[in-house]
This record gives sequence, C-alpha cells and structure tokens, in this order.
Amino acid sequence: MGLQTLFFYLFAFIAVASAFMVVSARNPVYSVLFLILTFFNAAGLFLLTGAEFLAMILLVVYIGAVAVLFLFVVMMLDVDFAQMRAGVLEYAPIGALVGLILAAELIIVVAGSVFSPEIAKTVPMPIPALSQRTNTAALGDVIYTHYIYFFQIAGLVLFVAMIGAIVLTLRHRPNIKRQNISQQVGRTPETAVQVVKVRPGQGL
Amino acid sequence: MEIGISHYLTVSAILFTLGVFGIFLNRKNIIVILMSVELILLAVNINMVAFSAFLNDLTGQVFALFILTVAAAEAAIGLAILVVFYRNRGSIAVEDVNMMKG
Repeated sequence: MGLQTLFFYLFAFIAVASAFMVVSARNPVYSVLFLILTFFNAAGLFLLTGAEFLAMILLVVYIGAVAVLFLFVVMMLDVDFAQMRAGVLEYAPIGALVGLILAAELIIVVAGSVFSPEIAKTVPMPIPALSQRTNTAALGDVIYTHYIYFFQIAGLVLFVAMIGAIVLTLRHRPNIKRQNISQQVGRTPETAVQVVKVRPGQGL
Repeated sequence: MEIGISHYLTVSAILFTLGVFGIFLNRKNIIVILMSVELILLAVNINMVAFSAFLNDLTGQVFALFILTVAAAEAAIGLAILVVFYRNRGSIAVEDVNMMKG
C-alpha cells in the first residue's frame, strides 16, 4: 500500500467522520469546529489530486473566513440550543432512509462507472506537466484568459454579497452617543462656555 | 490498490449524503442547515477537482473556484439574514419563520 493510498484513506475517513459529527453534534460550536476539520481534510484530498491552489484557497477562504464567520454567529446569538434539539430524532429514521438510498444510488452509479481514457486526450484545457508550470500558474493562465468574464462576475457576486451583508446587518441605534465631527469643530467660545455666578457658600 | 476517480467520487457521495441527512436531522436549527449546505457544496467541489485531475482538464478546477466563490457569498448573506431575523424575533427556530405567511 503506497503512501498516497494511506493518506487518501486517512483524509477521507476523517473528513467523513467529522462531517457526520457536524450534523449530529449537540452543540453548534462543536458542529462548526468539526466543519473546520472536514474542510481541512478536504484540502488534504485536494492536495492529493494535485489541485494545490484550491487546497490553499480552501484553507484560507473556507476555514479562515467562512467557518470563522459561522463561529462568530453561533457565539453571538444567545439561543437555547438544547431546547432546539428537542424532537430531533423524530425525523431521523426517514432522514437516514433517504440518505442511505441516495448514498447507495450515488455510489453504485457514479463510483461504479468507468471513464474511458480517450476522454482525457481531447480535453480543451489540459493540465500542463508540473515540471513546466505550477498548478497556480496554470490556473492563472486559464482564468485570466478564457474565463476572464466569469472571473469578473465572480468578483461582482462577492461584491454584492458584501454590500448585502452590510446593508442587512447595519442598524442606527438612536439612543447611543455618537461623535459628530462638524458639530465638534463648529463650536465657538460663545456656544461652548457658560459663565455662571456662584454665590459664596452655596455652590451650584 | 491504486486510488482512482471512483474513490474520490465515493467520498464526495458520502459527504453529499451526510449534508442531506443533516438537513433532515436539524430541521429546527438554521445554523446547522447552513453548515449542511456548506458540506453539500464541498462534496460538489471534491467531484469537480477529482474529475479535473483524472481527466487531465483544468476547467474543473476553475469551476471549483467559482463554486467556492458562490458558497462564500451564500454563507455571508445567509448568516446576515440569520442575524437580522434573530434581532427581530429573538429566536432562530425554523418554525418561527412565518411572519410573511399570508
């Protein structure tokens, strides 16, 4: 058994086991942490197939941004998750049945089929040999030429998502103190200083 | 035993199924449902990358990148909607989402 086989089974087993823990953990914080473990092992699987750039993107974007965003939201919301778990096993049998049938069908149909090696000879964008071009450079060659419009639209999607998230969650609370620069700078001694005559022995 | 494309497709099928199962299991908790959707998208990405590697075509990796973009946008918007909903109702249970019911 080669080293690649060993690592494939290691990554695949941990990814599947932690994915199961994501959906079955009692505490959503644990769910997020297991989601991070799943992404980490999926990045390992990507590395094994040679998709190095995507593996690193998965680490940086998914674990660094998306999973941590989930973690923030889970910790920010003060929700009684134990009460939410009540009656969770009610639909578990039918869910397991649907899941088992779906998994069996997918594995039998997809994993059982054999792909002709002839297809690999006529692909539009063949992967260059690793000795000539690294994975990141090869991906860049394709993205910035053939897929430039797709790339720009992907940027637009992210931009709209950013604006949307800000617009949705921004709120102006009326009863908090806020700094108003123009009001601050526009103050004059007449409006800012008040002279009060204090009678002796009485104070203000 | 050589690791072939069918091994990767099997892993991705199991991850996809676990995502679907998670939606069934945690149908009250929107956060876990969003995480299950992330699992499903990850399974799709593993499919894309596996086909890209074994058919020697770079297009699969390009599309995996775009799927990643859309998944990140979806997570951000979904969580923002969740936070706004929590502010309004004080709860994130799915059955409370009936304010727009006609």
